Amino acid sequence: MSVDTATVAKIASLARIKVSEAEIEAMVPELNGILAWVEQLGEVDTSQVEPMTAVIPNTLRLRDDVIDADPLTGGDKRDAVLANAPAAQHGFFGVPKVIE
Amino acid sequence: MTELTELGVAQIRDGVAGGDFTAVEVAEAFNANVAAAQEALNAFIIATPEKAIEAAQATDAKRAKGEALGKMGGVPIGMKDLFATFDVQTTAASHMLEGFKPQYESTVSQKLWDAGAGMLGKLNLDQFAMGSSNETSYFGNVISPWKRNDGGNAALAPGGSSGGSSAALAARLCPAATGTDTGGSIRQPAAFTGTTGIKPTYGRCSRWGVVAFASSLDQAGPMARSVQDCAIMLEAMAGFDAKDSTSLDLPVPNWEAALSGDMKGKKVGIPKEYRVDGLDDDVAKSWDDGIAWLKDAGAEIVEISLPHTKYALPTYYIIAPAEASSNLARYDGVRYGLRDLPDGANLQDMYAATRAAGFGPEVKRRILIGTYVLSAGFYDAYYTQAQKVRALIAQDFAKAFEQCDVILAPTAPSAAFGLGENVDDPLKMYLNDVFAVPASLAGLPAMSVPAGLNREGLPLGLQVIGKAFDEQGVLNAGLALEQRAQFAAKPEKWW
Repeated sequence: MSVDTATVAKIASLARIKVSEAEIEAMVPELNGILAWVEQLGEVDTSQVEPMTAVIPNTLRLRDDVIDADPLTGGDKRDAVLANAPAAQHGFFGVPKVIE
Repeated sequence: MTELTELGVAQIRDGVAGGDFTAVEVAEAFNANVAAAQEALNAFIIATPEKAIEAAQATDAKRAKGEALGKMGGVPIGMKDLFATFDVQTTAASHMLEGFKPQYESTVSQKLWDAGAGMLGKLNLDQFAMGSSNETSYFGNVISPWKRNDGGNAALAPGGSSGGSSAALAARLCPAATGTDTGGSIRQPAAFTGTTGIKPTYGRCSRWGVVAFASSLDQAGPMARSVQDCAIMLEAMAGFDAKDSTSLDLPVPNWEAALSGDMKGKKVGIPKEYRVDGLDDDVAKSWDDGIAWLKDAGAEIVEISLPHTKYALPTYYIIAPAEASSNLARYDGVRYGLRDLPDGANLQDMYAATRAAGFGPEVKRRILIGTYVLSAGFYDAYYTQAQKVRALIAQDFAKAFEQCDVILAPTAPSAAFGLGENVDDPLKMYLNDVFAVPASLAGLPAMSVPAGLNREGLPLGLQVIGKAFDEQGVLNAGLALEQRAQFAAKPEKWW
């Protein structure tokens, strides 16, 4: 499978990265080179193999159902959460208007 | 007296505890080296001399009161700028996170401070840890302190992504540094700079507070100038963390105390698939040296087969970008980091403009690859197939470890290359990690130990890969190599 300029434009849009036409032109051969190379995986017979889900066997844990059990990740952290926001306002994240 | 900056972790810890010198003297000596080398090597994104002094003063005060100093008491370290540090800029070497000051501390860095370590600064790296030469940092290339012995002055790569860590260690700017390894990012830079580093079993060190690249592969580990120093620092970094869902709920062994270079009764596997056509002569010779050293240490050498080795890199370059495209979706210009809001832009335009301005070319390339292989219609052909091949690669290792205790291989296919030599060809750059990636895909502990110099006078590393959870076996084989390699070379100071 290979990508053309339309496909690269579509992927970039899905990835929410603005790209110029010149950038797209440059990316097409690069991405095709990488894709052609990874496609050698197609020659491996995996019909009897389950895809890996965990590299080291582990069980997922549930934390205790207690409010603020961990003070680091618990509540009452509004100012810390907003401390690095580029446009925090009135205790909220500021964004461009999304409804008319 | 030996210069303090020549000392390693154990020597500093013991020297401070024994009163041979104070922790503040050590911190001052390293602070001075950091400052003097910054312009030439660019190993640090920011230096934090005051943090190093503060921690050292705390250690000296504890000693005065007769209190225990901790596993890393009095040892100043470099912190890869992928670890969130409270109120200290954490960038992942990206424009996206320039100026970001976390309001929390990563688990691993907190454990190191609790163990008595101090922070010399935040070390440069490849942007979002994506790279093998430290040429993708927004804050400029790290320059290796090493030079070829051809009389030329070519600037060499310190490896990547932990290139700031490796360069700082080789140049004696720190006695130890944190690294992270997704597909070789601790081991390859260690090999390029004549330093030592271990990536532990996946899950040993908490990922909480480490800027995420590919979560099923990312693993933190120590980098230092000896196996013993790595063992000490790994003890301080490792341990269960409820805040990381893939953290291993296992006690942390006392690796340092159990260190032994005696390999009697141990079997060392030599994977025949790693002896690739066109393997660099010097790399092949250092591998043969390593085999002889482990034999001398009492080990039995057995040939093993890892039949899916050639598929490891393509598997990695599907899985890692796929996970990266998902992880890096968080950088949206809303909650933290850069925002680019063109005039009249709506929310979607803001996302796209922010991400265009905040990510470098290699990061964009990987996000696009990842987005493509996860997109509708292609997911099974690429991503599911890669996860199946990954399972086969892990099975290869499981079978091999029925015949041997550890595996010995080169760390990288060549010594350090020059800056700019591989940047125009992403595939050529990716091939640097050909020997490192398989252990990452299988989640296994693996370390790089310096083996000697090649004909150009540049360091080469040997890699030891172990069974899951058997860091001790890896460290012990590493020690056996270290004791015989007697690697004492260091870059001649030009900076």
